[in-house]
Amino acid sequence: MKELKLMKGNEAIAEAAIRAGADAYFGYPITPQSEVLEYLMAERPHERTGMIVLQAESEIAAINMVYGGAACGRKVMTSSSSPGISLKQEGLSYIAGSELPCLVVNVVRGGPGLGTIQPAQSDYFQAVKGGGHGDYRLIVLAPASVQEMADFVDLGFELAFRYRNPAMILTDGALGQMMEKVWLKEPKPRMTEYPEWATTGKTPDRERNIITSLELDSGRQEKFNLKLQAKYREMEEKEVRYETIECEDAEYLLVAYGTSARICQKSVQVARENGIKVGLLRPMTLFPFPKKILREMAPKLKGILSVEMSTGQMVEDVMLAVNGLVEVEHYGRMGGIIPAPDEIVSVLEEKFIKQNYYG
Amino acid sequence: MAENLKTENIISTRNLVYKKSSILTDNVMHYCPGCGHGTAHRLIAEVIEEMDIQAETIGITPVGCAVLMYNYLDIDMQEAAHGRAPALATAVKRLMPDKYVFTYQGDGDLAAIGTAETIHACNRGEDFTIFFINNGIYGMTGGQMAPTTIPNMKSSTSPYGRDVEMMGNPLKITELVAQLPGTYYVTRQAVHTAGAVRRAKKAIRKAFENQSLKKGLSLVEIVSNCNSGWKMEPVEANRWMEENMFQYYPPGDIKVDGKILST
Ligand SMILES: Cc1ncc(C[n+]2csc(CCOP(=O)(O)OP(=O)(O)O)c2C)c(N)n1
Repeated sequence: MKELKLMKGNEAIAEAAIRAGADAYFGYPITPQSEVLEYLMAERPHERTGMIVLQAESEIAAINMVYGGAACGRKVMTSSSSPGISLKQEGLSYIAGSELPCLVVNVVRGGPGLGTIQPAQSDYFQAVKGGGHGDYRLIVLAPASVQEMADFVDLGFELAFRYRNPAMILTDGALGQMMEKVWLKEPKPRMTEYPEWATTGKTPDRERNIITSLELDSGRQEKFNLKLQAKYREMEEKEVRYETIECEDAEYLLVAYGTSARICQKSVQVARENGIKVGLLRPMTLFPFPKKILREMAPKLKGILSVEMSTGQMVEDVMLAVNGLVEVEHYGRMGGIIPAPDEIVSVLEEKFIKQNYYG
Repeated sequence: MAENLKTENIISTRNLVYKKSSILTDNVMHYCPGCGHGTAHRLIAEVIEEMDIQAETIGITPVGCAVLMYNYLDIDMQEAAHGRAPALATAVKRLMPDKYVFTYQGDGDLAAIGTAETIHACNRGEDFTIFFINNGIYGMTGGQMAPTTIPNMKSSTSPYGRDVEMMGNPLKITELVAQLPGTYYVTRQAVHTAGAVRRAKKAIRKAFENQSLKKGLSLVEIVSNCNSGWKMEPVEANRWMEENMFQYYPPGDIKVDGKILST
């Protein structure tokens, strides 16, 4: 049954996983996302749907449990926060290299190192450029509300299975911890039939299934790399998701995702009250990145400000997308600090408008 | 009488004493001549065939010489990252509790990089089987020191012999995991003589059969040679193994039916 609840983002992810018909979750505690595992353990999903939940000995073990489960064609997932996600990179590379579907949630905190437990968006590069070794990409979804935290679980699994590729929900400690209303979907039953490539035991009617990322022949490895690239191009073609707010007459554009996008939405309002025509582009998929729409909008704009809780990572993708057609600047706060709406407006004025008055 | 001695009468099913297991594929094994991996593969294949569990078995290969084991066994297999096979197997067995699940790992894979996964899978009492090939060396990467390299043994990264003062002691991980409440059967075997092969096969069968009891993890260590890595002829390698490796890693059962055997 569809249900309206007040929940933390992390809890919404956990509940959505049960309702998405997930077969297993493997995780290791780390702030600010431990509620995912805690909620799942408290809910006894094994009794509700038969879903398996296991606290692993490390993030490395957890991602490799995900690998084993995914290789059986099951809907499996893990969640962690930045330091733990770093530990998962080898496993993610194997999962991508073996073309397996799975869902990974990164509730980002500030770094580098142990950093801070406060929210940040400083794992953007790691998430969208591959993260581990070898040429591969994750499908990266960026929720901006507790509702989207829940919705993207189902979407993440769907895309992961469609492309046989790991998907990641890239969110942050603010969205993980904040409470909002959330409509929870009608529960889906768990799968009863598994993809034909799954290692479920070799029956006489088929060849044995082998899940591996090893290819000792250079020619065949290169062919496989090209096959992966074709898959990523198809994602860029078909799976780009974004939201535009007040962009029709915009002279300036803010580009922001997740928590930053929520703040920027307010900045748009403040700026417009001050007579500046500002719009917001909010990528909902970070890979594939909404390059096309940015390129289309670029000639009509006087400037783009990429707003991120990092020293400037997504800004590089914005620049690549517009390829010099319009000036692109970055504004970021670090260390767990979330920028304020009027702070962003003053930066926009500072970087583009004042300069135009005097220059 | 003369009639009976014709070739076609001798080559008959009635007189068959040995045949290649139907679980072994026709692919030519890449192992060095004299290496124990091939024999261990064969025994696992024979047990799967005899128990008639091909459709119920999922194997996890390591990173190490046995990485390509999936080319030789006609069963569904997954290839793990170095050391992580017990994590994969944990998920596979929990998601499909009625299947037979095994990992096959070298000493570097199981007792160095994968120590945490090994110990925790054993301690949780996961109902799968670990086959642990201990050749005291990193075979695949060209003969470097392993966690199980015995004192004074030479390798490419202990060229003057393992100096335990400097490089630390060999790890008897099999004795270690036998202490954990989650292990049900822990045994050390070898495959270098006909007798050893027979005993090893019995152990492999018992380890598989234990899975249906759901009483915990079974680990079968197979002390094996690595004549290439040890820089010895195969026969010499086996002799050296008996005289040196067996001192440190004595073959025999360590824990049976959940009880540690007193030595
Ligand atoms: C993360 C990682 N580190 C190192 C390696 C390189 N490597 C491949 S196999 C191996 C050791 C294999 O030795 P062992 O597990 O004893 O198996 P054997 O080859 O002797 O059968 C190493 C270090 C790797 N593939 N991945």
